[in-house]
Amino acid sequence: MSDMSEWNLLTLVGADRPGIVARVTRALYGTGCTLGEASMLRLGGNFTIMMMVSATASEQSIREALQPVAEELGLRLHLDPLQGGLHQHLLPNVQVRVNGADRAGIVADVTEALVARGFHILELESDVAGGAERPLYIMNIQGYCEATLEELGEALSGLGERGVAVDVSPVDLLIG
Amino acid sequence: MAILDILRLPDPRLKQVSSTVERFDAALRDFVADLEETRLDGPAAVGIAAPQVGRFQRIVIVDVSGRPKTPNHGYLVLINPEILHWEGFAMGREGCLSVPDYTGNVMRATQIRLRAQDLEGQTHEYDMEGYEARAVQHEIDHLDGLLFVDRVVSRRTDLYRRKVYAPRGGQGR
Repeated sequence: MSDMSEWNLLTLVGADRPGIVARVTRALYGTGCTLGEASMLRLGGNFTIMMMVSATASEQSIREALQPVAEELGLRLHLDPLQGGLHQHLLPNVQVRVNGADRAGIVADVTEALVARGFHILELESDVAGGAERPLYIMNIQGYCEATLEELGEALSGLGERGVAVDVSPVDLLIG
Repeated sequence: MAILDILRLPDPRLKQVSSTVERFDAALRDFVADLEETRLDGPAAVGIAAPQVGRFQRIVIVDVSGRPKTPNHGYLVLINPEILHWEGFAMGREGCLSVPDYTGNVMRATQIRLRAQDLEGQTHEYDMEGYEARAVQHEIDHLDGLLFVDRVVSRRTDLYRRKVYAPRGGQGR
């Protein structure tokens, strides 16, 4: 049993409303689970959360505890064993900010250029601003890369000709 | 010389407000030497504040001179430091010897004017910018019982960089 994972990854998605996190985490607390890293975002007006839930309770008991809450709040639920654990942070050293008139392919173009230089994406968030008339795609990436900022800038320079503004800057980590 | 123990969250003493230094004597100099040795012992810290080692006096050390292309004033012992003026705001990622294994985004002023005493009690004023200004703000927070985790903002906050982050027009990219 030594290869049994210590964590499960819980994913919940559904129409957003106030109080979902409180209901879900109270139900989890009732199973005796503890929580690890979590990220909740509103995407397209929906509630989305991914959270590390300790495997101190069985998968079945977690599902049983969450099922009534998920049904009442209309949430879709996934629960999967998770390899890895806490304290595995990698620190980004480069930030890439992107914006341009919204069109298909921007993310693929930018991230292919980045990975070709060995860029490891650690965080990515994107949004569409500007309203329905003139949608503007905005993306913010933080990651780790050993290439210089100049090399990355050069790798991304073709995007500018296609109407996508890309800004590469260092992430100034300060320990104090 | 000695390496001192670093207080770590959730130690409540880190929330304590430190008091003004009034005696500029050999004991103060000895303590600052230990504080610097402690700073250098850890993971690449550019600053350290006395309360982080359990001494609740307004003493910080900042030294960002090891970082390339960074305007700086070298190794600084800042006693009773006081920010007289600040301008501009930028987001930056911070970590802390008192909060291991965590980093977060914090808004700080990009330019400050600082007044502080040195080890002899002489008063100096400094104009600081960027990374050095950020380090000083981080350390002065410790003197007021604040940690960077008290100031962390969402990663998403940075998605839309507003003009207001770059006052006076000239600094925006």
